[in-house]
Amino acid sequence: MHELSVCQAVIAQVEQIARQHDARVASITVRIGSLSGVESALLQRAYPLAVAGTALSRARLVIDVAPVRVRCRSCFAETIVEPNRLLCGVCGEWRTDLVSGDELLLASVELERNQHV
Amino acid sequence: MCEQAPVQHLPVLTHLLGSNDRAAAHNRAHLDRHGVLAINLMSSPGAGKTSLLEATIQRLRAHYRIFVVEGDLATENDARRIRAQGVPAIQITTGNACHLDASMLHRALHEIPLAEVDLLFIENVGNLVCPASFDLGQHRNVVLLSVPEGDDKPEKYPVMFRAAELVLLTKTDLLEHIPEFDVQRAQRSLQMIACEAPVIELASRRGIGMDAWCNWLLEQKIGDRSCPQSLPAIG
Repeated sequence: MHELSVCQAVIAQVEQIARQHDARVASITVRIGSLSGVESALLQRAYPLAVAGTALSRARLVIDVAPVRVRCRSCFAETIVEPNRLLCGVCGEWRTDLVSGDELLLASVELERNQHV
Repeated sequence: MCEQAPVQHLPVLTHLLGSNDRAAAHNRAHLDRHGVLAINLMSSPGAGKTSLLEATIQRLRAHYRIFVVEGDLATENDARRIRAQGVPAIQITTGNACHLDASMLHRALHEIPLAEVDLLFIENVGNLVCPASFDLGQHRNVVLLSVPEGDDKPEKYPVMFRAAELVLLTKTDLLEHIPEFDVQRAQRSLQMIACEAPVIELASRRGIGMDAWCNWLLEQKIGDRSCPQSLPAIG
């Protein structure tokens, strides 16, 4: 359960962005691959607990799950595969390189300008 | 009527664990500067990390200055076992945290006389999930898979085994009692997740595989690719 640590890292980054822009955070989008080591369902559950009392307490969390994609070293085909079966989808070779699927990114933030009276 | 606040969409694209990665890079630079080879040992609880360290220390302590950082949820038991071998050890108790992170190692490094150390072992918290996501600043990740755990663990924990730069198949003296474990099936399970790490079969209490493991350790380079150093050869 290190999803709480990941949430805390997100909060620190986003709070800084909100301060720089003098804005409220409406939503944040994270991009997570199935081979990042972070479970999106657990992250979604940990998020409301982690953001309570922070500048993100009213910000929605959007999780964009990145598919696992490998490039074959034998036939060079790129295929989308399961996270625990990284064999080439065309020729079955096991020596493949990960093209995507281990992302753990803060992709974007939606900000609402603070209305100063 | 309230005025609708204008919404601004801001692309960011930063790594979520960027602050950990920066701390890890700082640790690594610190270790490089002192010529310390740092090895991060990861496995499930009970796979034999501490026994492996005891056996490794017995073989190498006459030639290298070894230091051990022990990560555990609670207790100093593992650090005591290491100190009983005549090697200094620091215990990091993580409380409820399921992994070590770079800042925890950073605090520990400040207590270690790095100028007097050749080889630093970091025994991570026993867990096949969380430690894989946190770079500590080590030079190599070594993952242990013990025979009683079953030969399909790599497919079940792909993130951990993909992080491995060496896989140690431990407790192989139990193979005769656990026929369900097939070494070739374990190798195939590693191939399923495109893991190219070499595999060494080992039973540390019986001394089996210890030569191969120690030779692997002594072949590793410290530092960046442009100016790597090795541990001094055993004289």
